[in-house]
Amino acid sequence: MSSSAITSPGGQVEEKPWVDVLHEWVTTVDHKRLGILYILYALVFLVLGGIEVLIIRIQLMHSHNDFVSPQVFNRMFTMHGTTMIFFVAMPVLFGFANYLIPLMIGARDMAFPRLNAFSFWLSAFGGLLLYFSFLGGSGLYGAGNAPDVGWWAYAPLTARAFSPGHSSDYWTLALLVSGFGSIGTAINIIATVLCLRCPGMKLTRMPLFAWLNLVMAGMVLIVITPLSAAQIMLLIDRYLGGHFFDAQAGGSAVLWMHFFWIFGHPEVYVLIIPCFAFMSEIIPVFSRKPIFGYPVMVAATVCIGFVSLSVWAHHMFTVGMNSYANSFFAITTMAVGVPTGIKIFNWIGTMWGGRIQFKTPMLFSIAFLFQFLIAGLTGIMLACVPFDWQLSLSYFVVAHFHYVIVGGILFALFGAFYYWYPKMTGRMLNERLGKWHFWLFLIGFHLTFDVMHIPGLLGMPRRIYTYEPGRGWDTLNLIVTIGAFIQAAAILVFVWNLISSYFNGEKAGNDPWDAWTLEWSASSPPLPYNFAKVPVVASRRPLWDLKHPEDPDSQYE
Amino acid sequence: MALRAVAFLFCCVNAVAAADPSAVGSTNIFAPESTPARSILHLSILVLTVTGTIFAVVSALLVYSISKFRARSASANSEPAQVYGSTQIELAWTIIPILIVVVLFVATARGIHEIQDAPMPANALQVIVIGHQFWWEYRYPQLGVVTANELHIPLSNTAHPRPTFLQLLSADTDHSFWVPVLAGKTDLIPNHPNRLWMDPQHTGIFVGQCAQYCGTQHAKMLLRVSVDSPEGFAEWVREQQRPAIAEERVAVGKRVFETTACINCHSIKGTVANGRFGPDLTHLMSRTTIAAGAALNTPENLRLWIENPDAIKRGSLMPAMQLSKSDRDALVGYLETLR
Amino acid sequence: MSAVAMSLSKTEKPWDLPYRGNVAMACLIVAESAIFTIFVVAYLFYIGKSLTGPTPREVLETPIFFTICLLSSSLTIHYAGKFLQRGKRGAFLTLWSLTILLGGLFLFGTGREWYRLIYERGLTISTNLFGTTYYSLVGLHAFHVTAGMIMLIIVAIFAFAGRIGTEHSRRVDVLSLYWHFVDGVWVVVFTVVYVLGR
Repeated sequence: MSSSAITSPGGQVEEKPWVDVLHEWVTTVDHKRLGILYILYALVFLVLGGIEVLIIRIQLMHSHNDFVSPQVFNRMFTMHGTTMIFFVAMPVLFGFANYLIPLMIGARDMAFPRLNAFSFWLSAFGGLLLYFSFLGGSGLYGAGNAPDVGWWAYAPLTARAFSPGHSSDYWTLALLVSGFGSIGTAINIIATVLCLRCPGMKLTRMPLFAWLNLVMAGMVLIVITPLSAAQIMLLIDRYLGGHFFDAQAGGSAVLWMHFFWIFGHPEVYVLIIPCFAFMSEIIPVFSRKPIFGYPVMVAATVCIGFVSLSVWAHHMFTVGMNSYANSFFAITTMAVGVPTGIKIFNWIGTMWGGRIQFKTPMLFSIAFLFQFLIAGLTGIMLACVPFDWQLSLSYFVVAHFHYVIVGGILFALFGAFYYWYPKMTGRMLNERLGKWHFWLFLIGFHLTFDVMHIPGLLGMPRRIYTYEPGRGWDTLNLIVTIGAFIQAAAILVFVWNLISSYFNGEKAGNDPWDAWTLEWSASSPPLPYNFAKVPVVASRRPLWDLKHPEDPDSQYE
Repeated sequence: MALRAVAFLFCCVNAVAAADPSAVGSTNIFAPESTPARSILHLSILVLTVTGTIFAVVSALLVYSISKFRARSASANSEPAQVYGSTQIELAWTIIPILIVVVLFVATARGIHEIQDAPMPANALQVIVIGHQFWWEYRYPQLGVVTANELHIPLSNTAHPRPTFLQLLSADTDHSFWVPVLAGKTDLIPNHPNRLWMDPQHTGIFVGQCAQYCGTQHAKMLLRVSVDSPEGFAEWVREQQRPAIAEERVAVGKRVFETTACINCHSIKGTVANGRFGPDLTHLMSRTTIAAGAALNTPENLRLWIENPDAIKRGSLMPAMQLSKSDRDALVGYLETLR
Repeated sequence: MSAVAMSLSKTEKPWDLPYRGNVAMACLIVAESAIFTIFVVAYLFYIGKSLTGPTPREVLETPIFFTICLLSSSLTIHYAGKFLQRGKRGAFLTLWSLTILLGGLFLFGTGREWYRLIYERGLTISTNLFGTTYYSLVGLHAFHVTAGMIMLIIVAIFAFAGRIGTEHSRRVDVLSLYWHFVDGVWVVVFTVVYVLGR
C-alpha cells in the first residue's frame, strides 16, 4: 500500500492524519487500492462464512444433535453458500484482476476508474444488505430473518406462501445489487484488456492472466444477467402478483431451475478461470520454464467458456427431464472435462524438465493440481447420469464442489496471495508461517473433504440439520467436523502472517521471484501511475528478454 | 499425495462394506436391492475404474515431475531448457480424453435409457406419491388405498415379477424421493409429474429420506418402504381398504376428533373427516412411526404430537391443538384403535 | 522503470487499439441482451399456457405506428451523429430533438396501450401467465427506452447550451449505439409478442 507519509519541502516526513488516509481510500479510483479493498472485503466475509460453516459442522457432529434449531441451521447453510460465492470468491478474484491487469499489460489504470470504484461500492453494499437481514429481516408476520431458502432459492419455496416475511427479499436484492457491480467490473476488465495494452503487446503476447480474466469477464456479462432476470421475475411474483413460478397459475418451478443454473453453472467457471490464471503465472516461474503450450491454454480456456454455457442442466438430472435431454447434458458435461484436462496436462508439462522451487506459492499450486484433478474426476462421475441419480443432492456432491472451491480455488488463491503480496506491500510473507499454513490447511482439507464423499455414498442427503443414528454417518461426520476446525486454525495462521508480515516482513524489492511479466518491473508497491514510461514489449515474457538478451523469447514467438 | 489417495480409497471401501446391507437402515448405494439401483451400481463400477485409472496415471506423472525435476543447489543459477510446447503431445492428450468421454457417454446413455424409458408392465403396481411439507402421501388408485409416510410394496422376483411404478407429484414445494438401495432419486415438483420405478427382490424394510430441500423440516421427511411378500402385501391391502374401525368405548374420543379442527386437515374413512392437508389417519396404528419417521408410533408420542408438535418436529405444519387433558386422552384413546 | 522499452519493430503496424467507449457499450449490450433473452424465453415458454383470462389474440392491438416512430428514431439519431461529426451543430440538434420526440411518442403509445389493457380489457400483471410475461417483457424494454431517453435529454440540454461540439462526437456515438440496441430489442419483442405470440 502506498505510504501515508508526506514528505514536506524541507525533507521531513510527516504522517498524514488518519482521517485523510481514510478519505483517500474511500474516494479512491486507483485500481491498486480498489483491488486491495476488494481483497480485504473478501477476507472479512471469508471469516463470516467460515463461522457459519463451523456452526453447521458442530450441529452435524453427531446424529440428533441440538446445537442450533433447524431454523437457524437452514439460515446458516443458505448464508454460507451465498456469502462464499458472491462475497468472498467474486470480490477476491475481481480484486486480484483489478490490481494486476493494468500492471501486466503496461497500463496506468483500468479503462474506467470511476466505474471501477462504483462497481466495488455496489458489490460491497450488496454484502452489507445481505447481512443486515440478520438484524432487519423480520417481515410482516414476524417471520423471516436471514434467508433460509438455500443459495439456489428454488421456487416455489421462495414464493410468498412458503417464505413469508422479507428474508428471501434480502437474498434477492443483495444479489441483484452486487450483480450489477460485477457487470461493471467485467465491462472494465474487457475494455482495459482490449484498449489499454502497451505498444507491442498484441493479444498473443498478453500474459495468460490477462487472457483468462478476459474470458472470465466475457462470461460474467452473459451469465450474471440471467440470475438478475430470474430475480426480477421472483420479485414480480412476490410483490406484483406475477405467476412466473406459480404452479397454481400454470407457472413452472423447473423454469426457475433452468434460469438459475444457466447462471449457476458457468458461474463456477467464472470462479475457477481466474484461478487457472494464477496457476499459469505461478507454475512457470517456480519451474523456471515458460508455460507449456500458451496458444493451447488460450484456446482451451475459450473452449471451456463456451462449452460451460451448455452444461447447466446437469444440476437437474433428478428433475425428470426426458432421456434425450439428460443424455445431451451428460455429453456436454463430459466434453467440458476435455479442455480442462488439457490444462492440467499443460501445467504438468510446464513443470516437466524444469527446476522446481518449493516455495509456498508453488506448494499451494502443486496441491491445486492434485486436488483439481480429483475434483474433475468426481465431476465426471456426476456427469454419468444414472450414477448421478444416486449421488446428486447428497454429501458426495457437497464434497465434490468443495473439492473444487476449497481444494482448487482457495488453494490457488493462497498461492496468489503468497506470490503477489510482496508486490502489493513491498514485503515478503513469512515462509515458515506459510509452510505451517500450507500443511495445516492441507491436512484439515483432506480430513474433511476426502471423508465427506463417504456419507454421500451411504445415502446422506444435503441440507439436513440432523440425521438418524442408525445409518453409519456419525463417525464420518465427526471426522469432517474435526478437519473443519483444523482448516480454521490454518486460516488464523494465514491471517496472522498477512498482518505481521506487513510490519515485519523481509523487504521484497521489485522482483523477488525472478519472474518475467511486466508487473515485476514496477516498484513494490508500484507508484500510483505504475510505470514512469509506458513499456514497449516484443514477446510474452518482456523481463526474460531483458534478463537474457542473448536468448530472448521474441526469437521464438 | 498418491499414498493419501490410496489410503482414502481403502477407507472408503471399508466404510462402505462395513455398512451391513441386509440390516434395516442401510442406505448404501452400493448395496442394491432392485434393478434400477443395480443398473446404477454396474455403471458406477465402470466409471470408478476409468476415473481411478486416470487418477493413477496423472498423479503418477505429477509425483514423478515434482521429484525428478526439483531444483538442486548445483543448478541454482542456470535456467533449464525453455520449452514452449509440442503439437504432438497436445494432440495426444486431447484425443485420448475424447475417446474416454465417448466410452463413458455410451455407457451413460444406455443406463439412462434402461432406467428412464423402461416400459410399465400391465401387472405393475401403481402408486401415486404426493410430497407435502413434511410428509408423504401414498395413493393406490388400482386398489382404493390411501395412506401416508410408510409405503408398502410387493416383492418382485423372477418367480413373481411385479414392479412398482410411482407417479411423483407435489402439493407444495419441491421434494425428492430417495431410497438408495431401491432406486436413484427423482424429484417431486408441483405441476410437473415424474415417474420412478423399482422391483425389490427381497422382502424387508428399506429406508431413505427427502433429498430436495423443502423447508424447515426437510431433514425429518423420512421414507420407510416395506417390501412384503405377495401374500403379505395382499393382506396389508385388505386391511387398508377397510373403513375405520369404530369401537363403542372410544366414542367420546371420536367425537372430540370430529368436532375439532382435526377434520380440516385429516381424513378417516367412514367418518365426516376428509381433510387433505395432513396424513390420512384411517389406519394410523398400522404404521410404525409418526411425523414422517420423526418419532415412534407410541401413545406417549401421539399425545405429545397433538399437544406440542414442536417438541418432536420443530417447525412442522401440525398445529398444537390446545385441547384439555381429558379431551386429549380421549382422542389418543380413539386414535389408538385405528388399526 | 523504463528498461523494458524497446521500440516497435518496423514490420509491426502502428499501435492502434479500439476506443474504450465503444468496447464498454458493446459489453453492456451483450449483458442486456442476456437479460432480455431470459424474459423472451419465459414469454415463449408460457405462450398458450395461461389457465384463465384474456388471450393475446383477444386483447392485443399491433402498435404499428409507434413501432415506426421508434425504428425511425434510429435513423434520426444516426444522421444526428453524422452531422455532429461534420460540425453541423444545428442539424445535429434538430435531428437529436426529433429522436427524443419519436422516443417519447413510443413511450406515450406504450402507456396508452397499457391503460387500455388494464382498464378496458382487464389484463394486469397478475391476471394470468400472459399478463405476467407481457408486462414484464414490454415493461423491461420500456424501462430501457426511458433510461435512454433520460440520457438523450441530458445531451440535448448540453447541446442547447452550446456545449456539444465535434470533439464529443465519439461519446455521442456510444450513446447512439445504446439507442440502436434498444430499437433492435424492440424488433425482437415485437416479433415475439405481436407476431409469434398470437
